Amino acid sequence: MDLAPILSDIEALCGAPLSARGAGSDTVLTVPPAKARAAVEFLKAKHGFNVLVDLTCVDYQGFGKGTQNVSPAPEGRRFKLVYRLMALDAGTGLIKARLALDSWVDGESVPATIKDLFPAADWLEREVWDMFGVRFADRPDVKRILMYPEFTGHPLRKDYPIKKRQPLIGPADASARERLSPADLRPRIVE
Amino acid sequence: MSQDRRESRSYMLNMGPAHPAMHGVVRLVLKLEGERVLQSEAEIGYLHRAFEKHAENDPWNNVIPWTDRLNYVSPLINNAGYCMAVEKLAKIAVPERAQYLRVASSEISRITDHLTCVGANAMELGSFTAFLYLIQAREELYRCIDALCGARVTTSYTRVGGVKGDMPADWPAMVRAAFEKVRSAVKDADGLLTKNRIFVDRTRGVGILSKETALAYGITGPMLRSTGVPYDVRRAEPYLVYDRLDFEVPVGMAGDNFDRYLVRLAEIDQSMRIVEQCFAQLPAGPIQAPDDAMPGSKMADLGKHGKTAELLDTAAAVDPVLEGGARCGRDSVMADAPASTLPPKEETYGSIEGLMRHFEIIMWGRGITPPAGEAYVAVEGGNGELGFHVVSDGKDRAWRVRVRPPCFFNMAGLHKMLEGGAVADVVATFGSINMIAGELDR
Amino acid sequence: MEQDLSAPGILTSQLDQAIGWARKYSIFQYPFVTACCGMEFMSVACSHYDIDRFGAGFPRFSPRQADVLMVVGTISHKIAPVLRRIYDQMAAPKWVVAFGVCTCTGGFYDNYATVQGIDTILPVDLYIPGCPPRPETVLEGLMLLQKKIQAQGRRA
Repeated sequence: MDLAPILSDIEALCGAPLSARGAGSDTVLTVPPAKARAAVEFLKAKHGFNVLVDLTCVDYQGFGKGTQNVSPAPEGRRFKLVYRLMALDAGTGLIKARLALDSWVDGESVPATIKDLFPAADWLEREVWDMFGVRFADRPDVKRILMYPEFTGHPLRKDYPIKKRQPLIGPADASARERLSPADLRPRIVE
Repeated sequence: MSQDRRESRSYMLNMGPAHPAMHGVVRLVLKLEGERVLQSEAEIGYLHRAFEKHAENDPWNNVIPWTDRLNYVSPLINNAGYCMAVEKLAKIAVPERAQYLRVASSEISRITDHLTCVGANAMELGSFTAFLYLIQAREELYRCIDALCGARVTTSYTRVGGVKGDMPADWPAMVRAAFEKVRSAVKDADGLLTKNRIFVDRTRGVGILSKETALAYGITGPMLRSTGVPYDVRRAEPYLVYDRLDFEVPVGMAGDNFDRYLVRLAEIDQSMRIVEQCFAQLPAGPIQAPDDAMPGSKMADLGKHGKTAELLDTAAAVDPVLEGGARCGRDSVMADAPASTLPPKEETYGSIEGLMRHFEIIMWGRGITPPAGEAYVAVEGGNGELGFHVVSDGKDRAWRVRVRPPCFFNMAGLHKMLEGGAVADVVATFGSINMIAGELDR
Repeated sequence: MEQDLSAPGILTSQLDQAIGWARKYSIFQYPFVTACCGMEFMSVACSHYDIDRFGAGFPRFSPRQADVLMVVGTISHKIAPVLRRIYDQMAAPKWVVAFGVCTCTGGFYDNYATVQGIDTILPVDLYIPGCPPRPETVLEGLMLLQKKIQAQGRRA
């Protein structure tokens, strides 16, 4: 499928020129967060993008620090949502087109949910909230999906330390206890 | 009034996370009216192990062992998928022999996946014998995987730019012998199940998934194919060398548990076909290299001692599996070290150059550094489209690795298959979707 | 009947031995299977490696009926209370097997989500390291556990 008319349609929808990257099945289009839902809806209704392949988030805090020619996130926006769509021909099982939409949000913004367009987004949006703390609008019921309700913070944010544990039971910091020696690679009985 | 009484009779049933019929840790909260399931909600996350966080905190190559443990029933497919995503980002070309080995090993892994799923599903429906037969067949394949990469389950076989090592010389014969056993076990299980009244009654027409629901929930893999949509990443977007291999994409019609079972059985056959074609087409490797060829490390050793004269007419034995990938990608990989792949273990332990190269790849701050950018690669996992979305900022480790776990989507749509059915069918349906917690929760 | 049976130690120790002998060959295990190790647990439990040769082939999925808790696979903080509860529900005497390195120490999952060894939340009798342990290792571990059960006889 030729993506050029689709891209110009979405540009018209967003009312601004959009930057597209990549080609073919790797095409990525950056849309403003306020228009992300409209763009997804439009792609589904008009161009047969019938499968939401993925919806995820990337935290760009500190991105490109210490390297040259890597541009940090635009306008100080911290998170990038990635909507990955696919137009699948259900008869032949072949892919007509793949398209990813990027949408930059900051920690405070609440992008519109696409749960009603793609039920698959229900869990994905919960995961994005759980892991990154990006909340979607019109979802009063949003709750954690991978972590437990008692957990505070959002573990995939760059400022969440990988070893910061919040156990429900047991010691808060288990690394201080006596450990098995790595050399002890045989089954071992403890008296 | 009567309506009120009816509603008051509905009650909640909690299945899991530790439930005899729920392999894997997941919790289903069911709202029941008598035996009928009114509503079902799945609670997941009991095996969240922070794969994506670890992937951001370790060098590119060191993430591979974690990928084994995503879908631990078919780890070789995860290995290949992750490495392909990194290779796409770094524009590393993988030598053909390695591509064939990746395909062959992935397909063997797919067979183990389907054997386990069909076996466990049958066991939960009371057919323990079929389970024993199929796991026995899986054992034969585990031996082949063990011979290939030294581990039965946690394989870590691929490397960025290639694979860990070449296959043993007698591996094709070993795999073919194992396939004979798989065929006979599948035949036995087929005989025990496909026309078995109990099994058919409990699976046919149960847990029906419509084509539309499957697409809306992003369900892929055998589950989508059981509804009649022949979507298979291997066919739709052939990666590695799948475009040179002849295989069919089996589809079902009804989208029920029975069709999912049949699709998986048929895919086992197709995967065996693919592996056999791989062996037939496998391009020549170091096994067929001329006798006077010399390993690169030995040449370097001789060169250091000034014995260059005897090297003049000697061909360099380049391992196409590993060295080839390094050479192809050298220009586009901005690494301190020219090589992008790990040396073979023999080199690592046998020569100082090999050891140094190993450390150059493994140590923090070294190793491959793909240019800043993003890449998404989808492979056909045991449960459907397994996608790896990698983001790099040009450093030695990933900025973000996102796994698109097929199970996650299958589980999100599970309630559509359960609601309206009987509570006893929850077990049959849940078994047929092959939930793998490692992949679901990551 | 010349022997003085009321002398302390003789009869009780023999009874303990008999009980230990009976117990070690009739292990009712509760497989708490969460992750990758489950694949090797299946291998051990099925016909090829056949854990039944050691009298431990009978999984009980009710903690009330089990006497060995096999913790197979990574334990996350989310599931830790569930595991603890199952342990508490088991009747004494009971033994706990940490199957796989994740349950021994947390393995290489040293992160916010994973319990760093189940011995931080419940007492462990046998550690079987390996990621996952090969079936042979599991069988060796099982024989060690049988030794322990035999030696202990009764355990409070």
